[in-house]
Amino acid sequence: MKQFLSFIKKEFLHIWRDKRTMFILLGMPVVQIIIFGFALTNEVKNSKIAILDYAKDAASTSLITELDASRYFEIDKNLYSYDEIEAEFKKGKIKLALVIPQQFASDLQHFNKAQVQLIADASDPNTANQLTNYATAVIMDYQKRITNDRKLPYTINTEIRNLYNPQLKGAYNFVPGVMAMVLLLVCTMMTAITIVKEKEMGTMEIMLVSPMKPQMVVIAKAVPYLVLSAVNISSILLLSRFVLDVPINGSLVLLLFESILFILVSLSLGLLISSAAASQQTAMFISLVGMFLPTVMLSGFMFPIENMPLALRIVSNIVPAKWYFTIVKSVMIKGIGLHAIWKETLVLTGMMLFFLTVAIKKFKIRLA
Amino acid sequence: MSTDKVITAEQLTKRFGDFTAVDHISFEVQKGEIFGFLGANGAGKTTAMRMLCGLSLPTSGKATVAGFDVYKENEKIKKNIGYMSQKFSLYDDLTVKENMRFYGGIYGMSDKQIKDKTVFILKHLHLESEGNKLVKSLPLGWKQKLAFSVAIFHEPEIVFLDEPTGGVDPVTRREFWNMIYQAAADGITIFVTTHYMDEAEYCNRVSIMVDGRIDALDTPSQLKKTYEATSMDEVFLKLARKAVRNAD
Repeated sequence: MKQFLSFIKKEFLHIWRDKRTMFILLGMPVVQIIIFGFALTNEVKNSKIAILDYAKDAASTSLITELDASRYFEIDKNLYSYDEIEAEFKKGKIKLALVIPQQFASDLQHFNKAQVQLIADASDPNTANQLTNYATAVIMDYQKRITNDRKLPYTINTEIRNLYNPQLKGAYNFVPGVMAMVLLLVCTMMTAITIVKEKEMGTMEIMLVSPMKPQMVVIAKAVPYLVLSAVNISSILLLSRFVLDVPINGSLVLLLFESILFILVSLSLGLLISSAAASQQTAMFISLVGMFLPTVMLSGFMFPIENMPLALRIVSNIVPAKWYFTIVKSVMIKGIGLHAIWKETLVLTGMMLFFLTVAIKKFKIRLA
Repeated sequence: MSTDKVITAEQLTKRFGDFTAVDHISFEVQKGEIFGFLGANGAGKTTAMRMLCGLSLPTSGKATVAGFDVYKENEKIKKNIGYMSQKFSLYDDLTVKENMRFYGGIYGMSDKQIKDKTVFILKHLHLESEGNKLVKSLPLGWKQKLAFSVAIFHEPEIVFLDEPTGGVDPVTRREFWNMIYQAAADGITIFVTTHYMDEAEYCNRVSIMVDGRIDALDTPSQLKKTYEATSMDEVFLKLARKAVRNAD
């Protein structure tokens, strides 16, 4: 036990001496949460639009006012001819243009029907889609208001309720994603690098001729990163709760338990990588390409897995972060308990046991 | 078997597939002896040494280290040996004292033992004022001497040195060998591999490995007589030229 403790102490000293890496490891989650929370967002907010109003009557003016008043749009420019539209798009400042034809008001009054045109910059299809949806919604609102006093023969009113995330905040999605990413980076990459470093420096041999058991060496290397990860989880949860107002709806204990399970999976992966990699660069490369990319792409954090082709959906199952991401979303946002996520928990446990067994086995083979 | 034989090897063999890295070697090392283990690159020195240190299991043959069997009593062997590899083995980002505390710690020494020993070594090496400096700030020669002190920090019976003086200037090498003599005088058996033939002259006995076998084993003066050579260099060249195996 004393041997074990002096080893762990040494590991902490390594981390402590390398202040830059330490600050990156501890600061990264904070910076990521802040960047994702305040800067990077795909929510529509005050998007600049241009208006080409041929009608200039009472109805068109009030529709424009309505758009301008919504928090989604901000009128950047009033245009006077159709040709100007493309020129504006090419400047890149506006993402959406609204064209209101002549006789907008009279069409509305006499034929009960009028048309407007929305032109979107679809070079970014997601944004274009979102903007036209929002604009359509605003226009529908306007229509509802002016038809209120008249009876339409048939109307279907859709009333939308967004469960678990009524304001459609992006934070509800990216906080679990950032948690998965940070844990994977700290645990897998750092563990792999630190073990390979000992191999590279030749200190691993010294360790192996010492009475210290090889398994103990491996575990002692992992402990400091477990602690660092715990600090990171706490800072992410505190920031998202108190700065981004993301609630923790489910049991905190369950959330922490699942996080520790995921940390253990990541640590085992790191050990596995370290037994396969001969140099620190290789370890870093495998961790980044083999772990980090799939986590970003295939965990459901950036792109919804349901929309992927079958092959990718199958592949996504071997990405541990996918399961953790589902768990965190379920517990934190939906507030459901273990009974709903036992399957994911079981998968993660299985992965951990598998990776750990293979890693320790490979480590021993090297010694023989 | 008399008790002052600290290492015995009998027909010790290691095969990797078809390749026989160490081919039926037999030798004994006496307590307090400085035993030189020579051979060209790829002759099998390191593999033989790894078997004795418990890093690698022999394919066949017998060996005991400090009276313990290399097959069954691996753990006991590890407690009684020290090891210094050709790669520099202290942690650059720890201070001298932290390194000593760590190595003492993994050998299960008590805090007081570690403290006393640290003071003693620093004083002995005249490095009292460097104890709290990071190892990376020290010159290579000092690091090498510290690494040796750390390898015998827990007072092992035997210390294995794998090409310990690579890349060190002649003066420091000389000082390093003085430390080895000192340790041997204190009763620690020294098992050392080296490329430097002048260092071979410092050893009590020398074995020369060629193609996985021990071709010669005797005192340096006796070896020179047998091979009608004026220096160990000549002895070595005469033997090593017979090698079939390519050096890597």
